[in-house]
Amino acid sequence: MTSSHARGNVYCAAQRRPDRIELALSGEWSAATLPAIQPELAALELGGQRLFIDASAARFDLSGAWLLHDYLAGHAAPGAPPEFTGSPPPALALIARTLATDPVLPASEAVAQTAWLDPAAAVEGLGRKAVRGWRLIEALLAFLGRVSYAVGRASFRPRRWRPISITRHVYDTGITAIPIVALIAFLIAVILAYMGAQQLRKFGADIYVVDLVTVGVLRELGVLLTAIIVAGRSGSAFAAEIGAMRLNEEVDALQAIGVDPIEVLVLPRLLGLVIALPLLTVIADGIGLVGGGLLCHTLLGMPLAQFLNRASDAIASTTFWVGIIKAPVFALLIALAGTWCGLRVRGSSRDLGRLTTLAVVQAIFFVILADALFAVLFMEMDI
Amino acid sequence: MGAVVEVRGLVNRFGRQTVHRDLDMSVAEGEVFGIVGGSGSGKSVLLRTILGLQQPSAGTVLLGGRDITRMGVAELRAVKAGYGVTFQQGALFSSLTVLQNVQLPMIEHLQLPARALDELALLKLRLVGLGADAARKYPAQLSGGMVKRAALARALALDPQLLFLDEPTSGLDPIGAQAFDELVVYLQRELQLTVVMITHDLDTLFGTCTRVGVLVDGKMVTDTLQGIVHNPQPWIHAYFQGQRAQHREVSHGA
Repeated sequence: MTSSHARGNVYCAAQRRPDRIELALSGEWSAATLPAIQPELAALELGGQRLFIDASAARFDLSGAWLLHDYLAGHAAPGAPPEFTGSPPPALALIARTLATDPVLPASEAVAQTAWLDPAAAVEGLGRKAVRGWRLIEALLAFLGRVSYAVGRASFRPRRWRPISITRHVYDTGITAIPIVALIAFLIAVILAYMGAQQLRKFGADIYVVDLVTVGVLRELGVLLTAIIVAGRSGSAFAAEIGAMRLNEEVDALQAIGVDPIEVLVLPRLLGLVIALPLLTVIADGIGLVGGGLLCHTLLGMPLAQFLNRASDAIASTTFWVGIIKAPVFALLIALAGTWCGLRVRGSSRDLGRLTTLAVVQAIFFVILADALFAVLFMEMDI
Repeated sequence: MGAVVEVRGLVNRFGRQTVHRDLDMSVAEGEVFGIVGGSGSGKSVLLRTILGLQQPSAGTVLLGGRDITRMGVAELRAVKAGYGVTFQQGALFSSLTVLQNVQLPMIEHLQLPARALDELALLKLRLVGLGADAARKYPAQLSGGMVKRAALARALALDPQLLFLDEPTSGLDPIGAQAFDELVVYLQRELQLTVVMITHDLDTLFGTCTRVGVLVDGKMVTDTLQGIVHNPQPWIHAYFQGQRAQHREVSHGA
């Protein structure tokens, strides 16, 4: 009697005999056909009888053989292992042998598996986080100390300044950033002047747009926007460059040769940026004033001569310097954030991405924080 | 037995530098074919061309009798599912665990239920000698030998009949390299694979390969192991008869 499961089946058909079940397999048993075979196997009713399998008409790759192995392991009648009429698929023996032996290379340490809501694990996790946080602060202090030491040591030995490297970084972080910095400074000055003109016109105080633009650009916006652009451009570049060198073991190689990575990787970037950022700020200030002047000319019909007159009245002797003095400090923060994140890259390219992002976020955060502190400081100093 | 890999009249040029000039190569089913050559002789370029990662300047590359240099994207994708590759540095995806690395080709090309996906990936890992605890680790946590084995497991993910190995034993200690050679031979026999490998390791060459192709002057000289060691060509002679090859007996090869 033919089993009812045979209809429509492609890969396996069962025939029920009084004392046993004969299973005829056919077709291509592979990973690609596995989703089609599984329901056919699941629909078979074996009823605990002894199983005889004829696999001669089927072709097995490793995945297909695994499926058969898995099925037989789950459905063998107790005390009566399934038997093959004809030769069993060779891959089946390979699988049985593979799964029976221990792996050649045991992992050196098992990954700890902890329950999700285990109070002990929660306390442990909190402790680990605290320790990790403390170690990070320690590492940061050590990094700052090493950088200060390297700066101090280099200042007595001019040869250690590595002028060629510094020049390269001035070029990379400064010269190539001029177009984007100039464009942004111009647009921001235009926006500022436009907004100011709209509001001040209500009071008939159009002329004070000039004060707004000049003081705003020189004191705050010129340097702050430049620093933020540079943090995005160069802070990320520093982290990615140094991080890739870490992954490539170049930093280890430097140390092995006896060269201080801080001295050759961090110092030139630091000094390069400290030189480049103030220069970029001067350019941003200049272009910002040009943008403000142009807008006042076209929108308010103010002659350029009047703009210049008003501007020189608005600017105190300190206005420009209050802005520019912040640039080296911002440069220092951006370079330190970028290089520190780069040096912390370890192991994988995923770490590199994470720390590059972190470098930019930290650089921008510290720049804005420092700017706020400067604002308070200058207010207290009455400038 | 048909040729599984057949390269005819291959030319690869980069600017004014010609890497391959009219190169022919043929690998029959069930062979373990070793590709040898000096640094810069174009071994990696040849492999990349055969894999369809790079379009040759001229010539044809037949995989299973079909020319992959004139294939569309969809066709080439199907061909790529039919072979397995391991790269020199392992090239395991560092953001995925070892298990996920093995599962990635299966997820891309097949539609498997979750349990089959896990069990099959674990089976492939067991096959190359890695246990379940290694499966949960990330590539950065593995030793060099384990990376090579995990890469081999990923290459076997889709049950290919054809396997390409780029410097499979480079960076391994002699014991690890020997074990890896034995693993390749074992898998080749059990799974009836055709293996094409680039190698610099003479032990690997003599321990696993049935035929050798030597890249010299942009062409390939192909011979059996016994034949190639007596080839009079100066570079080949220096390679197989040099100091480092002296202690070797040909008899245990092939």
